[in-house]
Amino acid sequence: MSDDAPLAYRLNVNGTNHDVADAWLGESLLYVLRERLGLPGAKGACEQGECGSCSVLVDSTLVCSCLVLAASVVDRDIVTVEGLGKPGSAAALTDVQQAFVDAGGVQCGYCTPGLVVAVHDLLDHNATPSTLEVREALSGNICRCTGYGRILAAVEQAVTQRTNAAR
Amino acid sequence: MSVLVPTSLDGALAALAADPDAHVLAGGTDLMVEVNFGHRRPASVVAINRIAELSDWHRSADGAHVVLGAGVTYRTMEHGELARLVPALAQAARTVGSPQIRNAATIGGNLATCSPAGDGLPVLSALDATIELASVTGRRMVSVHEFMVGVKRTVRRADELIVAVHLPVLRGWQGYAKVGVRNAMVIATATVCLATDLDGHTVRIAMGAVGPTVIRARDAEAWIATQIDWTTGSLIGARAAIAAEVGERVRAEARPIDDHRSTAAYRRHAVGVLAGRLLSRAFPT
Repeated sequence: MSDDAPLAYRLNVNGTNHDVADAWLGESLLYVLRERLGLPGAKGACEQGECGSCSVLVDSTLVCSCLVLAASVVDRDIVTVEGLGKPGSAAALTDVQQAFVDAGGVQCGYCTPGLVVAVHDLLDHNATPSTLEVREALSGNICRCTGYGRILAAVEQAVTQRTNAAR
Repeated sequence: MSVLVPTSLDGALAALAADPDAHVLAGGTDLMVEVNFGHRRPASVVAINRIAELSDWHRSADGAHVVLGAGVTYRTMEHGELARLVPALAQAARTVGSPQIRNAATIGGNLATCSPAGDGLPVLSALDATIELASVTGRRMVSVHEFMVGVKRTVRRADELIVAVHLPVLRGWQGYAKVGVRNAMVIATATVCLATDLDGHTVRIAMGAVGPTVIRARDAEAWIATQIDWTTGSLIGARAAIAAEVGERVRAEARPIDDHRSTAAYRRHAVGVLAGRLLSRAFPT
């Protein structure tokens, strides 16, 4: 086989198997999601793990999909921003997404999908994070528009709503 | 062209023996950047992040060491019992990248890349870590000081994997300090790890990002050891003066360069400040 022979493999994304064909070995998960699987939710910006726009969950672990070799995550559960909603209600926003809308935590929107994934991951592990914990949890998601104030307000809203709902 | 994802160490070592030119992929936080930017175009990859025996850590039977599998992530180092046993490593881990990076990046990857600015490396140097390497022909143990030979150069052979890092559990304060252009998501401008060994009567100081590899400040270490009453574990003289002298001695041992991230002069200044600061924390009274 020549060094340029393409790869074929299968990825499980948002609970659905996707066949990837004619792929180059070095393609990142971000590239495959966007360019091969038609899932453009994860955004590409820095391509070096510094901006967080491409954040996804791999086996429930928050990672930058630009730093994941796509062909190495066969048989793992990949969740993108498109897969965060409850099954059967694909059109509805998650509570975190609605909080971003309500708080105005979006300007250009490019960082938003990555932030939404990161906030879901945070709240899944820590239902009542302190302000410092929120800031640390989101320190890998760079927003150049909002100044973060409204993003932090959105997280606070999501926390409050979940806390009230649990009562 | 292949991507192999072995689930056993033996499988990974066999794959590397068969194809020593394969690129080893651990957390991907270094290799994938180079691939994304076209600096590397691997013909084959052996991914080692699915090997369970590399991703755990344990304390040795006699309690004297912790043994970290090469695949232990910074996320694991940040918290819990491991952080209590090796606090400087936990502090270093908390300064690495972002949660996303710390979830993926591993101690073995940090060693294999051997960047001058690798955040875990000053800790391993200060603690006199031993690196365990394996290949199909056997295992060998190498001192971290011999393991790192230059900028992104190590003694690891292409057919070898780093399988574990052995660290002593020291009695005494230890910490890590880092200067960068911002708090989160930043590559170090200068770093220092200081580790006190109350039983061995030493204070170890290792500096990162001020030389081709991590530098141990041996002269400063030897001098500090004479400034401590080891029966009480406290400083003999005035803390501020000792911290200042340590800073000066550390600066004299640094070998920084000017580059796109900072200047040699600033780095030299910074390591002195960091070493003095850590010494003050180690001996607060």
